[in-house]
Amino acid sequence: MERDPPEAPVIDLTDVDASSRAGRELVPVPRPPNPGVGDLDAAGLSDVDGWGRSERMRQLIRAAFDPIYTHWFRAEWDGLERIPTAGGALLVANHAGAIPSDAPVIMHGIEKELGRPVYGLADYFFRGLPLAGTLWSRGGGVTAHPDNAHRLLHDEGQLALVFPEGVKGPSKLYKDRYQLRRFGRGGFVETAMRAGVPIVPIAVVGAEESMPILARSGRLAKLLGLPYVPFTANMALLGPLGLFTYFPAKFKLRVLDPVRFDLPAGRDRYPRSRVMEESEAIRTRIQEALYDMLSRRRSVWFG
Amino acid sequence: MALTGGSGVSPGGNAGPAGMRVLVTGIGTFWGGRVAQIIEQDPSVEIVVGLDTRAPTVPLERTEVVRADSSYSILSRLVQATEVDTILHSHLEVDSTTIGSRALHETNVIGTMNLLAAAGAPGSSVRKVVLKSSTLVYGSSPKDPYFFGEDSGRSGPARTRVERSLLEVEGYLSDFADDHPDVVVSRLRFSNVLGPDLDTPLSKALQLPVVPEIFGFDPRLQFTHQDDVLGALCFTARHDVPGIFNVAGDGTVTWSDVCRIVGRRRVPISPLGTGVAAGALRRLGIVDLPPEVQSLLRYGRGVDNRRFQDAGYRYRYTSAGTVEDFARSLRLRSAVGDRSPAYHYDPVVEDFFRRSPAVVSRRTSAAPRRPGADRRPPTAG
Repeated sequence: MERDPPEAPVIDLTDVDASSRAGRELVPVPRPPNPGVGDLDAAGLSDVDGWGRSERMRQLIRAAFDPIYTHWFRAEWDGLERIPTAGGALLVANHAGAIPSDAPVIMHGIEKELGRPVYGLADYFFRGLPLAGTLWSRGGGVTAHPDNAHRLLHDEGQLALVFPEGVKGPSKLYKDRYQLRRFGRGGFVETAMRAGVPIVPIAVVGAEESMPILARSGRLAKLLGLPYVPFTANMALLGPLGLFTYFPAKFKLRVLDPVRFDLPAGRDRYPRSRVMEESEAIRTRIQEALYDMLSRRRSVWFG
Repeated sequence: MALTGGSGVSPGGNAGPAGMRVLVTGIGTFWGGRVAQIIEQDPSVEIVVGLDTRAPTVPLERTEVVRADSSYSILSRLVQATEVDTILHSHLEVDSTTIGSRALHETNVIGTMNLLAAAGAPGSSVRKVVLKSSTLVYGSSPKDPYFFGEDSGRSGPARTRVERSLLEVEGYLSDFADDHPDVVVSRLRFSNVLGPDLDTPLSKALQLPVVPEIFGFDPRLQFTHQDDVLGALCFTARHDVPGIFNVAGDGTVTWSDVCRIVGRRRVPISPLGTGVAAGALRRLGIVDLPPEVQSLLRYGRGVDNRRFQDAGYRYRYTSAGTVEDFARSLRLRSAVGDRSPAYHYDPVVEDFFRRSPAVVSRRTSAAPRRPGADRRPPTAG
């Protein structure tokens, strides 16, 4: 029986001569490594990176958000030079406003002023939302998994923004404004220690007044499967439009001195006492900065 | 016995002049047959034994094919009689659309259990076990890290039967590795495989006139080229790299970009009641999207592929390159039609060519492999 060459052979052994094959891999290189790179360009692909972020989408978002940033919130930075221009750093800030306005302001400000992308670490809740979740991801949102943070900070040397208060920050009532909640269990400190990157604390004034929460319903939140359901002053004044409209509170952001740790990076675990100590110290510094900024503020709307 | 460094024993262990003795499971499957095809070309491999309930679908030159069920008695006899030192366990079902629930369990869980029992019997000659697993063991959920490391656990319990069976298989393998520290146990977890000759739920979906997507979701996916699957299996057979390895092309590709590369439009299916919608598509015979593929099309999955690179493997295709090569094969297929293999295994014929005194040259019995000889002209279809 004559055996024809197999139909469409997968591995073409003939490309490599036997002598070079002898003591090496069993499989010779069959085809050019990444065929059709030109074809890929022609396909008109998106520029989505491994984190789901798209610089083109960020440009669109920046173009849309810049008037709000410049003319509505009139954001003003203090100490922007404290943010590293290269290498990984974990940005840590206070979190406020029913639909937090601080995250887009910080990300927009740093990308605009320093030209560095910022990845915003957030609850995995966003990833489960159709459309909004995709937009969130293209806009630089990443779920706050320790592995994600480590890869971003250590392996890729990126800037990552995290709000250690978590959902407790933006869900707090207006009467509790600028009172920092617990900083979780200090996981952000451990993440920075493991990655060997500094923590850069940022105090933000303005977000609280941009969408103040008058009341919230735990029952409705449970029913809708949301982290919290707020009733905001914006909704009281503007009705349903208040869901999307911020008050033009004046934003002031102060970057505090970066915290560097003298512990070796890359360990599995770090002493709990040290982690909690550092976490509490950072929380206190942001809290004190907030009090200082508030004591200097003459007007909620004009700073 | 080899510790004295006697002349006939190479320090590399089983890659020495004594020659590897390899058992390939699932010789009748796509992977088993092709892996055996490659391995039997290597002169340092002494024997290749292929095991399956089905006949091989590709021509094999010197691989000895044993048709048997996966029961323990035949496996232990086989391992003892052939004194194989390397087992390539490629026979794991990862596509739940092509196999029933019970058969899946029998093949994956019971088959692996019996195989490892035979390999771990007292006095066993087995020194290496390579398992072809899947990144399905990580699942796909919004709580996941964006790049699973080999040591990352799942974010939640496994809900689909194929994931559960793979986890059970990996559990057996871990136990085996613990019980036999002298055996090199390598576990390769392959991410979504695409290739010109392979059908998977995703590749079938990509051949539809319009490709389904879940409305509002555009997940990041990672692909492995079929050549990299074979390359990785052979690399692991050749080199001693114990441990767990993710195998996936560099980079991630969004589902919308996958469809763009393949040149298909997308049609959204409802993000609510996706299971019902997918069930309707299946019953209408349009496409079968099992639960694990539905969650993949929602949340995607990425893995950290660096450990295998650190072990020395060089990927031939990136994720995007894999999709591009797949797209080329689709375009070729649409031009020249399906080029399904026409090979039929006949034990009598095979035996004649291998053992009959009438056959003068064993090498010429197989088609001579010269440069270009394997490449069919595209017009031949």
